[in-house]
Amino acid sequence: MTTATQRGLAPVREVADNGAVLIAKESPTTPAVTLHASLRAGTIVDPPGGAGTAHFLSRVLDRGTATRDVDQIAEELDGRGASLTTAVNRHALSLVCTCLVEDLAPILALLADIIEHPAFPEHEVETRRREIVTLIRQDEDNPAVMAPERLMAVLYGEAHPYGMRPKGSVDTVQRIDRVALQRFHAERVRPATLSLVMVGDVAPARAIDMANAAFGSWHAAAHAPTVLAPVPPAAERRVHVIPMMNKAQADIAYGFVSILRSDPAYDAYWMMNNILGQYSLGGRLGDSIRERQGMAYYVFSALDANVIPGPLMIRAGVSPANVDRTVASIDEELAKLAEEGPTDAELVESKQYLIGSMPRNLETNLGIAAFLQTVEFFGLGLDYDLRVPERLQGVTRDEIHEAARRTLVPSRATIVVAGPYAGGVR
Amino acid sequence: MHEEVLDNGLRVLVQEMHTAPLASVWCWYRVGSKDETTGLTGISHWVEHMNFKGTTNIPRDKVKGIIEQFGGYWNGYTWIDQTTYTETATREALDRMLFIESERMASCLYDPVDCESERTVIIAELQGGENDPDTLLDQELMAAAFRAHPYRHPTIGWLSDLQSMTREDLYGHYRRFYVPNNATLVIVGDVDTSDAMKDVVRHFGGIAPGDVGRRAHTKEPAQLGERRVTVSREGTTGYVKLGYHAPAVGDADFFPMLALDAVLTGAKGVNVWASFRTPPPQRSARLYRALVNTGLASSVMGNLVPTAEPFLYTISITVTQGTALARVEEAARAELERVGAHGITEPELLKARKQLVARLVFENDSITNVGHQLGYFETVASWRLCGRLRERIEDVTAEQVAAAAAARLKASSLTVGWYEPLPIGTGEPVSGQGASAGPVSPMGVR
Repeated sequence: MTTATQRGLAPVREVADNGAVLIAKESPTTPAVTLHASLRAGTIVDPPGGAGTAHFLSRVLDRGTATRDVDQIAEELDGRGASLTTAVNRHALSLVCTCLVEDLAPILALLADIIEHPAFPEHEVETRRREIVTLIRQDEDNPAVMAPERLMAVLYGEAHPYGMRPKGSVDTVQRIDRVALQRFHAERVRPATLSLVMVGDVAPARAIDMANAAFGSWHAAAHAPTVLAPVPPAAERRVHVIPMMNKAQADIAYGFVSILRSDPAYDAYWMMNNILGQYSLGGRLGDSIRERQGMAYYVFSALDANVIPGPLMIRAGVSPANVDRTVASIDEELAKLAEEGPTDAELVESKQYLIGSMPRNLETNLGIAAFLQTVEFFGLGLDYDLRVPERLQGVTRDEIHEAARRTLVPSRATIVVAGPYAGGVR
Repeated sequence: MHEEVLDNGLRVLVQEMHTAPLASVWCWYRVGSKDETTGLTGISHWVEHMNFKGTTNIPRDKVKGIIEQFGGYWNGYTWIDQTTYTETATREALDRMLFIESERMASCLYDPVDCESERTVIIAELQGGENDPDTLLDQELMAAAFRAHPYRHPTIGWLSDLQSMTREDLYGHYRRFYVPNNATLVIVGDVDTSDAMKDVVRHFGGIAPGDVGRRAHTKEPAQLGERRVTVSREGTTGYVKLGYHAPAVGDADFFPMLALDAVLTGAKGVNVWASFRTPPPQRSARLYRALVNTGLASSVMGNLVPTAEPFLYTISITVTQGTALARVEEAARAELERVGAHGITEPELLKARKQLVARLVFENDSITNVGHQLGYFETVASWRLCGRLRERIEDVTAEQVAAAAAARLKASSLTVGWYEPLPIGTGEPVSGQGASAGPVSPMGVR
């Protein structure tokens, strides 16, 4: 029997006449389809002075179109048991929806209407503004949000699109009006910025025909691509403390500017991050800070190599009394990995894990859809899932060691502590 | 579905699914925070943590990587009725997964040093939960809604119990409840049933049954009137939570209440492992329209979970900036009183059914989720209910929903919780009282 793993995902990809990218993958496990629409209208293209515009758009886009009011949209979704999730990250505005296969055509039509013809009713804009202000105020009371947001601001600068708060501030959100949302939508939401991935119990050709029928009449010229300025790695160690004395636990965000997704060393960095702060219960960091010292319930590292060198971020939640010791332990583990590199056993284990986990990560429709969006965004190629094992097998111990030496330098780390901590970690 | 009970009482469920070259194992124990007494709250969850720390035949330093080398994932959680462990990996790892679970059942080490080290990890987990106002409020609400029934204890436990429990307490709890006759083993995936059963017998057949002893049979006495709790803490945002005494999964009005919740806040489905990761379809739900679309709240979420004994149906509301908590409570209660007095419409019923049936489809999209549901239902009721969920949902009538709403959504069954934010810099520091109200997992945030 040929398994899916041996064949690979082999999705079907088509560029529509209007420039939209349509990708379909058949997966008959359940009689359902997951739609994952991604538009290149993330927070990095927020207009000057308009921090939070992309996020605001994501909250109001689906609240009325030229021909459907907010209640009609609600009925069309809820009546089919489908929930539409709109979200925004630095690069993409995404709309994700899982529906029963029998409802695919009407849901696609609804999705197209929402993306192409939002009406931004004045009342909805005001209601969602109150929601957003509440969300921002909740974030401001949450050390687990404050620490990483501040880390990004310090690593990239508060004016850099990577350094700005993704939801904006209460002030900037108060200034975003209906006209600003309409303008942002007209400029940034265009067919050439759309990639639509469809995964589920439907033949790819049929899914693509249905998507063409839904989006085919949409025409607008492509927008010039956004160019982001890269930021050099920090030259010195920086520490910021955000006192939040009403909290029980402190959150630590500790990070560096890392590499481009297209960097030839990416696979080595991927494995380095796995060994440092992912493998099993948080890699070497988990071994030290959770398992041996019992200081944290969670500690891990995350690598976000991107279209500019993105962050490598270590996160931990600890008792305020253990902040200093945790930071010292992170320093120690980084220095050790940079100095000695990984062990041969770690190299083997990490490869086995990352390669072996692919079928599991690609088991569900949503898992496949998210993977295919990443493949499309970075231009990795439709057979990327088949090439990953070979690429990882080729990574050497020296390459991982070099990645660690290049980036894991405690004397150039940026550290933010948010929580009931007033100490002087350095 | 293959069901078999070994001589030692271990119930085994095997379901072949050949959709991906994977296998998933879940091992369930009928022990959770409802089996805990004062002084030992949080012990089931701590025991769960200890059961990842090495066994007679899996030395401590060999735990890391034991399933990862097969590309696998493992985890577990503890909640009010249950403790469970899971691995999902390539099908070649089935024997390894069964070996791990048999070792976990009979041969965990409970090294005193590891017990001490884990004490502070769990206290860190508790403090992380306390950083979240909703968690704090949930814990207060449960403790007020239940006076006698042990569902009142937070699963993570009370801080002073976590500070004083001993290694002997932990080991005693483990030996009492981790016996094959108190467990259900579930295998789902790309496996052959007869081969899998041979492996099960080889790994588990020699484990002796045990006596779990007498369990508490405390029933919550009838509530005599509305109850209220207020958490006053420094913060930026207000929250309101309403809790009504709910039916157990085996009660006649459980499925009508599930449909009622779909009408009020959108259908969540019945998989606590998977459903709550996808937001419910709720734009047209009554409470969403009454609270979120009017700008009074930024979110509203209903929560009705299948449980072995009557638990709580909660409605959690995040209040928008500048809105009085009393106004939000009033608007929510007006809707609840309306549905209690007049029931739901036929179109609402049809929509609720469609949503719930769609969620059943969506929440069975992986072997891990299918395995979870079989074991979960066997632990709180019977695995056979999994196959009848659709039928039970489709059998619900508008009259049943109206009757359930009238009987359940009464002020005398209600506990109201307010989280009243005090301006930053004016209140007391959080002193570490409590807990997290939902299922708690040993793996942390990944």
